[in-house]
Amino acid sequence: MLSFIAQRVVKGVIVLLAIIVLNFFLIRLAPGDPAVVMAGEAGASDQIFVAQLREKFGLDRPLPEQLLIYVKGIASLDLGFSFRQQAPVAKLIAERLPATLLLTLTAFAISLGLGILFGVLAARFAGTFLDTAITVLALIFYATPLFWIALIAILLFSVWADWLPSFGYETVGAGYTGLRHALDVGAHLVMPAATLGLFFMATYTRMTRASMLEVKRLDFVKTALAKGLRDGIILRRHVLRNALLPVVTLAGVHAGTLVGGAVLTETVFAWPGIGRLMYDALIQRDYNLLLGVFVVSSAMVLIFNLVTDLVYRLVDPRIEYAS
Amino acid sequence: MRQFWRTMLRSPSGIIGLIILVLAIVIAVAGPFYFPNSPWRMVQRPFVPPFTLAKVPLGTDALGRDVLAGLIFGARVSLLVGLVSTLVALVVGVPLGAIAGYFGGRVDDALMRFTEFFQTIPSFALAIVLVAILQPSIYSIVAAIGLVSWPPVARLVRGEVLSLRTREYVQAAVVTGQSNAWIIWREILPNALSPVIVLASLMVATAILLESSLSFLGLGDPNLISWGYMVGAGRTVIRQAWWITVFPGVAILLSVLGLNLIGEGLNDALNPRLSREGR
Repeated sequence: MLSFIAQRVVKGVIVLLAIIVLNFFLIRLAPGDPAVVMAGEAGASDQIFVAQLREKFGLDRPLPEQLLIYVKGIASLDLGFSFRQQAPVAKLIAERLPATLLLTLTAFAISLGLGILFGVLAARFAGTFLDTAITVLALIFYATPLFWIALIAILLFSVWADWLPSFGYETVGAGYTGLRHALDVGAHLVMPAATLGLFFMATYTRMTRASMLEVKRLDFVKTALAKGLRDGIILRRHVLRNALLPVVTLAGVHAGTLVGGAVLTETVFAWPGIGRLMYDALIQRDYNLLLGVFVVSSAMVLIFNLVTDLVYRLVDPRIEYAS
Repeated sequence: MRQFWRTMLRSPSGIIGLIILVLAIVIAVAGPFYFPNSPWRMVQRPFVPPFTLAKVPLGTDALGRDVLAGLIFGARVSLLVGLVSTLVALVVGVPLGAIAGYFGGRVDDALMRFTEFFQTIPSFALAIVLVAILQPSIYSIVAAIGLVSWPPVARLVRGEVLSLRTREYVQAAVVTGQSNAWIIWREILPNALSPVIVLASLMVATAILLESSLSFLGLGDPNLISWGYMVGAGRTVIRQAWWITVFPGVAILLSVLGLNLIGEGLNDALNPRLSREGR
């Protein structure tokens, strides 16, 4: 088990390094000489200052050396400086990361829990009205643009019904503490998490249903039936356990989509996470910040993949740890 | 072929999907002839509610532009970007997957690590970064979407080729001294086509969603109106004018739904064994 984890961590680090290198070249693709851009943004664009900046950031050295400086910087958690926000990129991201983690993990939990539940229900009552209703709804949510359903939710629950707050992380200036504060954040979290999770819920519902129906026809289920086990036990112990494997795989694959979706959700709900930060960076063409968020979200996905890999091996003891 | 259409038309999802897609194509191709004016032009006062003026049945937006005209011109962008970026993904993914599956060994290892790498990067975030850096235009959008969506194609084709290359007719071609390229192109790929077609139809749907998300964030081609841009533009005035946001979203939903349904129908028609097992 330990050697498996070590192996996966090493692999993750290699992928992360590759992403950092990709990032480095993407910065060079951005329009304009970085030093000139920086000088302009720092508010003083004369030749000497530009030359100073070049030297400071090593832009006058050959490309491989620049790459080395860049990788070293990231290794010491230095993601560069955002001139628009007048703060180090790493600090900006660190401030915003908890909100994004709260949002994505809640959305993930909701979507996986409800998705499996609805999938099981649809498979259990296959061919009935309930099955049709769940299948059709899942099909529709599977095709719904994330940013649009978020806006519709605001329209329904904030503008027309006035049940839930439509933006932000907490009620500004309310000064709640303790439980009141937690409830306040919770109320702000409901719509972003629900709308972000909806697409994934639809995916897991479809996957669980299809997978359950497939496993149901296998021989060992027939054997269990022949042994006279009760339906509920067969469904839970024999069918569901095996049917969940592809769903867990899919959940791992979706980590990246979830983080990408957070950009849209956080933008619509003004949720103060790194997705919103990416949008701000985009609007202001703050390339340092934009690429910093990109590296951090890639790292998040890598960690998430590692965790789902571990879970997968826990759920399915047939898989050997040292692959 | 006739068998194919019969199965396709027997599945209700396939029929509904086809109807939606054909409708969308007709609107995209013919619509602009009925709306000779640019969708960017102000035609009425701003914020005309829908279903009140016959001239602008779906109302106008914050700048007095016709929402219906925007929907119709937007259909062109969505369908075009969806199709072309999927083609780009196929052009990258099919050869990579075929080479990896056919030659195996180190080549396979290297190519699959490369594919996995691209699959790990959060695709939407990468698409945002690419379009932002290359500057938003229809070309950069198509390139970015194509570039982030080829890995599943490569993996699928690799798997198919891997199982097909051990077949006897392929061995026969090898024995008769055909070149590798000829064998891959003429003997193997035609037989690996069905699952790729199914995947491609689903990819067009995903590409449309990606394009609309990009233009919602302000990364659309500034010269072409698109559904995502319309939703984004309506967002700030959603409290006063719901229709500016709602209608383009419905258009996106319907086209993506249609393509997904076609994907399911194609799956039933092309891989009958698979689909019967699946549900």
